[in-house]
Amino acid sequence: MIPAAFDYVRASSVDDALRLLAEHGDDAKLLAGGHSLIPMMKLRLAAPAVLIDIAGIPQLDGIAASGGRVTIGALTKHAALAASDDLRKHAPALWDAANDLGDPQVRNRGTIGGASAHGDPSADYPAVLQALDATFTLAGKGGTREIRAAEFFLGMFETALGANELLTRIAFDAAPNSAYVKFHHPASHYAVVGAAVVLTLSGGTIAAARVAITGIGDAAFRAGGVESALQGVNPNDAVAVKAATAGAARGVQARADTFASASYRAAMADVFAARAVAKAASAR
Amino acid sequence: MQIDLTVNGKQTFIDVEPRLLLVHALRDSLNLTGTHVGCDTSSCGACTVLLDGVSVKSCTVFAVQASGHEVTTIEGIGTADSLHPMQEAFWTAHGLQCGYCTTGMIVSAVDLLKRNPDPSDDEIRAGLEGNLCRCTGYENIVKAVRAAGAAMRAGDPRHSVNELMPIHPPTVEPPPSGEAIIPQQLQEAKV
Amino acid sequence: MAFTTMVGARIRRREDPRLITGRATYVDDVRQVGTVYAAFVRSPYGHAKITSIDTAQAKSDPHVLAVYTGEDLHHAHNLKASLPVAHKMPDLKTPPHYVLALDEARVVGEAVAIVVADSPYTARDAAEKVVVEYEQLPAVVDIEKAAAGPPYVHESLGTNVAFTMPFSAGDPDKAFAEADVTIKQRIVNQRVAPVPIEPRSMVASYDAGMQQLTLYSATQIPHLLRTQLAIALGLPENKIRVIAPEVGGGFGAKLNVYAEEVVVSWVAMQLERPVKYIETRSECFQAMIHGRDQIDDLEVAAKNDGTITALRLKITANMGAYHQLLTPVIPTLTMLMAHGCYKFENIAAEVVGVFTNTMSTDAYRGAGRPEATFFIERAIDMVAQRLKLDPVDVRRKNFIASSAFPHTTATGLTYDSGDYETTMDKALAIIDYAGLRKQQEELRKQGRYLGIGISTYVEVCGMGPSAAMPAAGWDSATIRVEPTGSITVLTGVSPHGQGQETTFAQIVADELGVPIDHVSVIHGDTDKVQYGVGTFGSRGTAVGGAALKLAIDTIQAKAVKIAAHQWEANPDDVEYRDGKMQVKGDPSKSMTTAEAGFLAFMGDKLPPGLEPGLDATRRFEPPNFVFPFGTHICVVEVDAQSGEVKFVKYLAVDDCGRLINPMIAEGQIHGGIAQGLSQALFEEVVYDGNGQLLTGTLMDYAIPHAEQVPHYELDHTVTPTTVNPLGIKGIGEAGTIGSTPAVANAVIDALAPFGVVHIDMPLKPEKLWAAMQAVPSNGSVR
Repeated sequence: MIPAAFDYVRASSVDDALRLLAEHGDDAKLLAGGHSLIPMMKLRLAAPAVLIDIAGIPQLDGIAASGGRVTIGALTKHAALAASDDLRKHAPALWDAANDLGDPQVRNRGTIGGASAHGDPSADYPAVLQALDATFTLAGKGGTREIRAAEFFLGMFETALGANELLTRIAFDAAPNSAYVKFHHPASHYAVVGAAVVLTLSGGTIAAARVAITGIGDAAFRAGGVESALQGVNPNDAVAVKAATAGAARGVQARADTFASASYRAAMADVFAARAVAKAASAR
Repeated sequence: MQIDLTVNGKQTFIDVEPRLLLVHALRDSLNLTGTHVGCDTSSCGACTVLLDGVSVKSCTVFAVQASGHEVTTIEGIGTADSLHPMQEAFWTAHGLQCGYCTTGMIVSAVDLLKRNPDPSDDEIRAGLEGNLCRCTGYENIVKAVRAAGAAMRAGDPRHSVNELMPIHPPTVEPPPSGEAIIPQQLQEAKV
Repeated sequence: MAFTTMVGARIRRREDPRLITGRATYVDDVRQVGTVYAAFVRSPYGHAKITSIDTAQAKSDPHVLAVYTGEDLHHAHNLKASLPVAHKMPDLKTPPHYVLALDEARVVGEAVAIVVADSPYTARDAAEKVVVEYEQLPAVVDIEKAAAGPPYVHESLGTNVAFTMPFSAGDPDKAFAEADVTIKQRIVNQRVAPVPIEPRSMVASYDAGMQQLTLYSATQIPHLLRTQLAIALGLPENKIRVIAPEVGGGFGAKLNVYAEEVVVSWVAMQLERPVKYIETRSECFQAMIHGRDQIDDLEVAAKNDGTITALRLKITANMGAYHQLLTPVIPTLTMLMAHGCYKFENIAAEVVGVFTNTMSTDAYRGAGRPEATFFIERAIDMVAQRLKLDPVDVRRKNFIASSAFPHTTATGLTYDSGDYETTMDKALAIIDYAGLRKQQEELRKQGRYLGIGISTYVEVCGMGPSAAMPAAGWDSATIRVEPTGSITVLTGVSPHGQGQETTFAQIVADELGVPIDHVSVIHGDTDKVQYGVGTFGSRGTAVGGAALKLAIDTIQAKAVKIAAHQWEANPDDVEYRDGKMQVKGDPSKSMTTAEAGFLAFMGDKLPPGLEPGLDATRRFEPPNFVFPFGTHICVVEVDAQSGEVKFVKYLAVDDCGRLINPMIAEGQIHGGIAQGLSQALFEEVVYDGNGQLLTGTLMDYAIPHAEQVPHYELDHTVTPTTVNPLGIKGIGEAGTIGSTPAVANAVIDALAPFGVVHIDMPLKPEKLWAAMQAVPSNGSVR
């Protein structure tokens, strides 16, 4: 319940944050909404000596949609994403996830950047952002670099974010036929399984699909086999969709816990992927 | 470090260590004990307050993060003299039993209605996902939020506890000074 | 002033103004000058020898006032080191239960040392500085393994069996020999955690001048706790004050004497500073008592027409590593109710209590009775399924007939009243049972699985006759009529959400004819309130309210004497009518209770020989338990692809006798249903083979959120009882008892086409999904 002691500083800009990160090295963690980090600190699973509060850095939040591209500031709160009509129109999968993540109080504090950088294997955004084939902009000492979502989420609580880097922006092409569907853990409401689907439709069938699944293994992953199998399928044909989403978690080592076994998780990957396909194709 | 919190409209300066949770700052540094602690994994919502007008779990915010910001606790939502319609609705609908989750539940529900002034029962239940109650089974909490919504949309005035549940002292004529204190007659309390 | 009837009215609660404005005082809100804070060092292992404890680093922390270990306490003057347990059977093994572990820790979370520092933050830091060396020992968590042999939780006992208690009635062997069908089923009633939203909380302070200990504790039993503290600490009982201020939920888990309460009190006496200990939720999961945890091995004998003729029953009950106050008693209550509301008389039963390296079990909402109702209601459904009968008809066939009351059961209880069939029929009509079965059939053809679950329960509560539960059966009430007309009620029960500040005021307002605003109900402070037993076992109004009624009777009798004297009338000719006294048949002369109280205070106009003052202290000794009953019907749909359960309908028709405040009674049922359905679907406390608690936070242990429970439709029947003068049956636990089997029966009924006979709780989606992998008997494809 009580975290270990730490020093607290506020960063006034991205450069300021980078400077502080470099100065404190491994002793420091960035603090945005805090709803991934603070719970860990209260259980003393994390005990950074320095917290660098970046929540006040200006111009790091906001949702911009133009020219078929959506750009989201890393400090954008889940609640802002959940309330955005633009997002609902241009990327309903992300809108679904933002509306379903945590609970209202968590959504009022947590940020998309913080949640993504945490790399929780049961979190929602890692699946959605991979399905959206999003690009992450990371600011570091030498400038900025971009990395694609598929290369960002590396493992359990492990991302490509460097120790002295700050995630500033997430961007992706608009995906109006997309959805995210989640099987909630009854206690934590984290994803036992979460499936994000982005469809390109052509004449009533799926021309292309991106399917990403979270909650199963050490990190969210793209279900390549399902993506291929969905090509040419009518998304309203439940039997065909079911066949195409079979074995969605093939090749992934599924986790087990007190709520669900590995084999059940794997089986539910199929079920929820199918549900996400149907929802992605439906009128929103 | 010294921080500056505006709590229930009043700017307050307190000295805290960085790790002090906002809920503890409110309860222990400011003696606002209406906000409660019910868990250690940010699950139960008993600690819910408004931070810059939106509901947050004050156990998952450091007081230092809130410096320069506005906090509203249950004490600022409504008082015995001027109950918030949500407080009154919980009372009328029997939306509480032991009362421990209630203050956090009321604050959450106030924020819920701000975002969605006329929610369906399903939307109320989903909107209270961050608040656990072990006593009521949620049935009357949903009733209360529905009633509060209706009252607020209708612009009903606030009531005091006394208007709704008056305490009537017995009317006994005070003796003129110098006379014996023991009253000679007991009269019925006037309603 | 117009007279209105309070009893039966849905009036808003008098407790609420302070609760809704955050002005109530729970234990953590108690502020005393000079308070210091305790943190406990707890065993991280399920079973381990404590080889050394190094407190030097912690003691040298400048924020730390003291560190104590089991060694310190075991040799402390006057500290009786073992916690109390209520005995019920002669062969009960009661191994020592030290308040701080001495040489061995036997459960994860067992307290090993206490650290006291100047803030809760520094206390937590300092607790981490206590270095404990452990030597891990083999742990046993599975009750059947534990019953069979080593490793032993208590080596010196040479067994893990705490007690065995056989019971037999009628001629079960003959009934089994003559049965048309017999059904054997093992039913697991899983371990659950009570999870009141307020964890255990306490502040102890010692006034060295007065030699008085004061303990604020979130307890359901302030007086009983005081008595036990006196014994444990070697203090005279009249030098201890226990205060239960506002308490944030109990559900039976705060009906206990906890090690922490003894240790924190003792430490406060050593330091002569107020010592506050508020446990974290993680500690609460580890070290607050757990509920249920039985394996019930059933064998049922039945006739082809659905008549149940006999039951063979083995209850293997998990005690945990140690006994707490009522640990061994709880499963004996299960045996007591093994026949439910059915008339069969042949029972062969055995209760076996077993120690394991887990937290102690004890009373949790229903305390032994939910387990019995669960297995008997499952048995009814299994008999119906086997014989291809409607489960409603099997119940009807076996009910104790409404004409057969009072009915003495095979286990020796006397049900005073009951009408199970009428209540069930009311529920069936409200929900349109026939229509539901039709709907179920239609949906099955579409490959959709609707389930209808019924539970017809009766429960034993209003704890209880002292002969059955010495020192825990009666309760008390004092009523004082103050000189200026307000009424003070001191009740020995200790409400923590049950609303007696309101319901008792309703009763007093009606009977003594005072405005309800003039009635104050005080509870929970052993200095203010006469000895009382407390709130648990659905006894608050059934026993505490009955004591109140006796006190009202005494007040009325004296007030009548005072009034009669003013009118020079015979007291026998003066009566209370609508709360006022008048000469029978002559309404021209009337007097209020308040006026009589004023006269009693003035003292100059009293009849000769009558003492001044108008007050009474009475105690009610229940002549029997009370037996609320009801029918719950639950309708669910199980998702064929995932096994997820969706509620379609929930109906409860309960009979708890007279309703003082229907709104409050309904609230008890709502909350009870939520906990009951949650056991059926969501909750389980899980330890691994090493005794590690895997479900130790609210992230892992699922108590329901608002969207996980349905709307509850309630109705009721009223079958009077004469067990107490109010006609009350108690309702606090009935909702939990009735709901768990209704939900489980519904889910299993949904899966009937897959050939499912029984699935153990919690009915998690994966279990249902696994069961649905079989081809359904109606051939429909999912």
